[in-house]
Amino acid sequence: MGTQKSKASPPAGGRADTKQKLPERFRDYRHVWVFLELERGQVHPVSFELLGEGRRLADQLGVQLAGVILGPPGDSTQHAVSEAFAYDADLVYLVEKPLLTDYRNEPFTKALTDLVNNYKPEILLLGATTLGRDLAGSVATTLLTGLTADCTGLDVDADGSLAATRPTFGGSLLCTIYTLNCRPQMATVRPRVMRMPQRSNKPIGRVIRHDLRMLEDEIVTKVVDFLSDGQSENANLAYADVVVAGGLGLGAVENLQLLKNLAQTIGGDYGCSRPLVQKGWLAADRQIGQTGKTIRPRLYIAAGISGAVQHRVGVEGADLIVAINTDPNAPIFDFANVGVVADAISFLPALTDVFIKRLAPRNPMRLLN
Amino acid sequence: MTNMRSELKRLMHIVVCIKQVPDSAQIRVHPVTNTIMRQGVPTIINPYDLFALEEALKVRDYHGGEVTVLTMGPPMAEDALRKALTYGADRAVLLTDRHFAGSDTLATSFALSQAIAQIGKSFGTPDIVFTGKQTIDGDTAQVGPGIAKRLNLVQLTYVAKIASIDFSARKITVERRSEGGTQVLESKLPCLITMLEGTAAIRRGSLEDALRAARSEIVKWNAAEAGIEDMTKCGLRGSPTVVKRVFAPTPRAEKAAQIDTTEKTVRDVADELVTSIFTHQPALEHELSSSRSA
Amino acid sequence: MTVEKFDAIVVGAGMSGNAAAYTMANRGLKVLQLERGEYPGSKNVQGAILYANMLETIIPDFRDDAPLERHLVEQRFWVMDDTSHTGMHYRSDDFNEPAPNRYTIIRAQFDKWFSRKVRAAGAIVLCETTATELALDADGKVIGVHTDREGGIIHADVVVLAEGVNGLLGTRAGFRKVPKPEAVALAVKEMHFLPEEVIAERFGLSGNQGCVIEAAGTISRGMAGLGFLYTNKESISLGIGCLVSDFAATMESPYALLEAFKGHPSIRPLLAGSEIKEYAAHLIPEGGFKAIPQLFGNGWVVVGDAAQLNNAVHREGSNLAMTSGRIAGETIAMVKSRGRPMTSENLCLYKAMLDKSFVVKDLRKYKDMPALIHTNSRNFFMTYPQLLSQAAQNFVRVDGTPKIEKERATTAAFVKARSRWGLVSDAVRLALAWR
Ligand SMILES: Cc1cc2nc3c(=O)[nH]c(=O)nc-3n(C[C@H](O)[C@H](O)[C@H](O)COP(=O)(O)OP(=O)(O)OC[C@H]3O[C@@H](n4cnc5c(N)ncnc54)[C@H](O)[C@@H]3O)c2cc1C
Ligand SMILES: Cc1cc2nc3c(=O)[nH]c(=O)nc-3n(C[C@H](O)[C@H](O)[C@H](O)COP(=O)(O)OP(=O)(O)OC[C@H]3O[C@@H](n4cnc5c(N)ncnc54)[C@H](O)[C@@H]3O)c2cc1C
Ligand SMILES: Nc1ncnc2c1ncn2[C@@H]1O[C@H](COP(=O)(O)O)[C@@H](O)[C@H]1O
Repeated sequence: MGTQKSKASPPAGGRADTKQKLPERFRDYRHVWVFLELERGQVHPVSFELLGEGRRLADQLGVQLAGVILGPPGDSTQHAVSEAFAYDADLVYLVEKPLLTDYRNEPFTKALTDLVNNYKPEILLLGATTLGRDLAGSVATTLLTGLTADCTGLDVDADGSLAATRPTFGGSLLCTIYTLNCRPQMATVRPRVMRMPQRSNKPIGRVIRHDLRMLEDEIVTKVVDFLSDGQSENANLAYADVVVAGGLGLGAVENLQLLKNLAQTIGGDYGCSRPLVQKGWLAADRQIGQTGKTIRPRLYIAAGISGAVQHRVGVEGADLIVAINTDPNAPIFDFANVGVVADAISFLPALTDVFIKRLAPRNPMRLLN
Repeated sequence: MTNMRSELKRLMHIVVCIKQVPDSAQIRVHPVTNTIMRQGVPTIINPYDLFALEEALKVRDYHGGEVTVLTMGPPMAEDALRKALTYGADRAVLLTDRHFAGSDTLATSFALSQAIAQIGKSFGTPDIVFTGKQTIDGDTAQVGPGIAKRLNLVQLTYVAKIASIDFSARKITVERRSEGGTQVLESKLPCLITMLEGTAAIRRGSLEDALRAARSEIVKWNAAEAGIEDMTKCGLRGSPTVVKRVFAPTPRAEKAAQIDTTEKTVRDVADELVTSIFTHQPALEHELSSSRSA
Repeated sequence: MTVEKFDAIVVGAGMSGNAAAYTMANRGLKVLQLERGEYPGSKNVQGAILYANMLETIIPDFRDDAPLERHLVEQRFWVMDDTSHTGMHYRSDDFNEPAPNRYTIIRAQFDKWFSRKVRAAGAIVLCETTATELALDADGKVIGVHTDREGGIIHADVVVLAEGVNGLLGTRAGFRKVPKPEAVALAVKEMHFLPEEVIAERFGLSGNQGCVIEAAGTISRGMAGLGFLYTNKESISLGIGCLVSDFAATMESPYALLEAFKGHPSIRPLLAGSEIKEYAAHLIPEGGFKAIPQLFGNGWVVVGDAAQLNNAVHREGSNLAMTSGRIAGETIAMVKSRGRPMTSENLCLYKAMLDKSFVVKDLRKYKDMPALIHTNSRNFFMTYPQLLSQAAQNFVRVDGTPKIEKERATTAAFVKARSRWGLVSDAVRLALAWR
């Protein structure tokens, strides 16, 4: 949503008084924190996207960017620490405890609120994943501070307040929300809404370790099992570089094959609009949009999709949007870059053929290097 | 004899928080003024909350006990409660007070948690509080966790299934949706559950339920009646977040560059499209071909 | 479930059902009303103009809180061809009276309000509950209804069928026949939202004043039909309806008619810049007096559209529905207060009272109209509008042609199109049907 951000920032000086009203006890809250989500040993990519955003906010405020890592002692947590620096954190707050192995609300809430109360950040960002939303709600309530969910734009106001922009009323409007008189200012952001920043090979910097004073016996909830989705073939849609999607315009479930053929030809993934999920043509994790996945591919091809606002908010981050639709007035042509008024059923196979021809290794030498 | 039994075995009490929301599918933004056109937009029970209600009714039907539905909203939110009664809920509480206007999630969860405490005093302490996963208007998924924290309840979010409840041992096992899989969690009552959507078919209440719903008195509480003393935690005053600006999204791009299709074969049009794609994204051509040949 | 019995069950929470339920509950009867929609009015479609007088008889102080859009001060009748309209407008400041005579309403809101009154009067209203079948005893007397909810039959002394034009329950029980295609019109309608000031400016209205346009002519492509445009507070209701038999014969699509109507040069500027919401389609009974079915029987009465009580000539329906509902309610309350059973001997009072009211008197007046319109639709809705338009243009345009020649040309055009005898016979038949 890069285009929106600059325009979304509110007129400077509009709230210059708020900061002065900030209660004494919050005046020394400084720095931007990003919570790094460890998902069974792996850092969730949304954490890196947030580090990118956090860096920008910290630079604007002239403060430091810190990563917060809660996890079990071991390699994966250490790896997360080095990744935080690779994505440009200035320092890392680390709580390493065996009881932080699997996510549970109680120890994570305590660890994070303790850290905040001790080290006083002014902004705290989390991913809007099931983990991030579970944790953020508890932490914000414990700290009695404001939390803005599912933001699509973050900015710093003239007086240094966080201006968090998010969709409202089913995506048809955006609103900008401030947290008054409370710190930290908390926000969650959905995966893929923000751009993935460049990774560098920055060495590990300052790590501040903190202890969590809690015993396993004090924790009511136990994880007795974890049923992994497995290496689901669908896991990559949000992160695919090329996405091809179909809507009701495809007409029949058989025509999904045309979509899959094209996706396979260009090494992309495929998705759909919500009605196809409702019809049972594709699984729910193939749905793109407000109540589905947000995608940010370099190329997005939409066939037979009208471009309703709920779909649009999920694809606006794409670099290039191509729309194929029989209706020249379809709303999707209002935000696509390239449009073709054509019948998807006959056009998709032709497009697949052309790609096959164009992408064929003309020069056999290519195979050698 | 039966009296003895009920003395010994307290029945389960479940509270379900539901919200009345405008049917977002029917919301329109005025093309000129960019304001929401509310006229005639029907209100519905937040669809996610129906799954919470259904799960609560299932638990009640199995273990015995009562389901109380609770909403905070304007007087007309009574319609949503009455509908919940039609599905089979036993009691409905409407928390309504103009001092609640402008509540954000923190203030909402404060008011609801106070009301739940009051429900506990008046009708029996709840063993489970259910909320929906999120609302379709606020869309924050924060109110549930907020209530849990304030009432010091165990918090079980994104629950896809209640695997078992051992009421006498006060134990509960649930399946919780998390990134990349499902956690099986064992925990204790009382707890707060935010229920995932699509977990069960929503029932239709019987004639008896419908008649009872039509006749039920809905319990209406203002702030004081709900036992809320500290009004600084309610409404606008109790809300740390404020909405400063509402605006329409700026168009992402100018209107799409249309590829002219007149008098061309499908193949030619496709050819032109691919050229256009690679002109916009030169790097893509190389990467796609190398990934294809790999 | 313990068998619960009501004095009366009302099937449907539209205009007629609400009037009946309110009247009976108000007189202390134990009333159950069933509505299949999500809430009263959720499925109901009307233009809609409310005639105050008939509601006033039922709820005298309705103006205090009923959701009324605008009171009407201006009525336009337009005869249209493809590019023009010839019109008659009536506007009077008299309509700015303290208790105005006609209002525009939005049924979804109005019916909800009416239903609240019904509830306040003591009736029990169950929504999302469809009556699926009438329950009869061995002698064929109606004793209650089956519904689509679990729990068996609900019993009552009498069932008021207020189920609207489709009337499945009554039809299924054999009390009436499925209406003939030439006795029902299919109307489609859209709501166009516009800011209040824009509507006021476009139609020259101030405050809560409203304006109505009713239009006939080539917009119905030769079918018997009518278009309408009503101003609400922040929206315009726009629609067009034609006889179902004509749709079937011409294979025209109602939606295409509506699109063309909206695009007509006389209508388009009135809607410019509006946001369309809600597209709805609904049937209107048009068979008139001759289509009225049996109105009562052992344990049942039928009211409103379900009884075909609709005055197509004057575009009145909801007032007939309310009045028939009220009279049915009064009859039932009276029979009950005398301690008599709800048999057809006692319920025939309903028909007697209805016959004496404007409802049946008006319908009897126009008893021949439906047949005339049906058989001559091409003339009335295509030929004449075109001729009238040409005549009007001929009259208005100043181009040096002597006036006498213009008049001759106009007369010649009429005669050519319909022949002298045709013109006379159309006029006579119309006059007879009107009488
Ligand atoms: C609360 C809420 C959340 C929602 N969340 C989402 C969401 O996350 N994702 C989502 O996608 N939707 C979502 N929706 C639904 C959304 O509003 C639209 O209804 C949906 O996106 C429309 O899907 P569609 O474009 O496939 O279908 P349609 O709107 O029916 O469009 C079909 C299109 O195909 C074109 N077409 C027809 N035939 C052909 C052909 N042969 N070749 C090419 N084109 C053809 C038509 O011109 C038309 O433009 C949500 C709605 C609500 C109310
Ligand atoms: C486009 C249009 C414009 C009109 N304009 C006007 C106008 O301007 N002025 C005017 O006076 N009249 C107008 N009418 C006519 C008017 O709408 C009807 O005459 C009037 O609504 C009839 O009222 P009713 O109660 O008989 O039926 P309805 O209002 O149709 O109500 C019937 C009710 O019964 C319910 N129902 C049906 N079957 C069952 C069942 N089995 N179980 C439970 N519930 C059931 C339905 O859901 C509905 O709520 C118009 C009609 C149309 C279609
Ligand atoms: N005003 C309210 N009254 C009752 N319950 C509510 C209210 N607002 C939110 N909730 C509950 O909290 C859940 C999450 O809401 P939200 O945080 O707004 O997405 C909803 O699904 C409801 O169960």
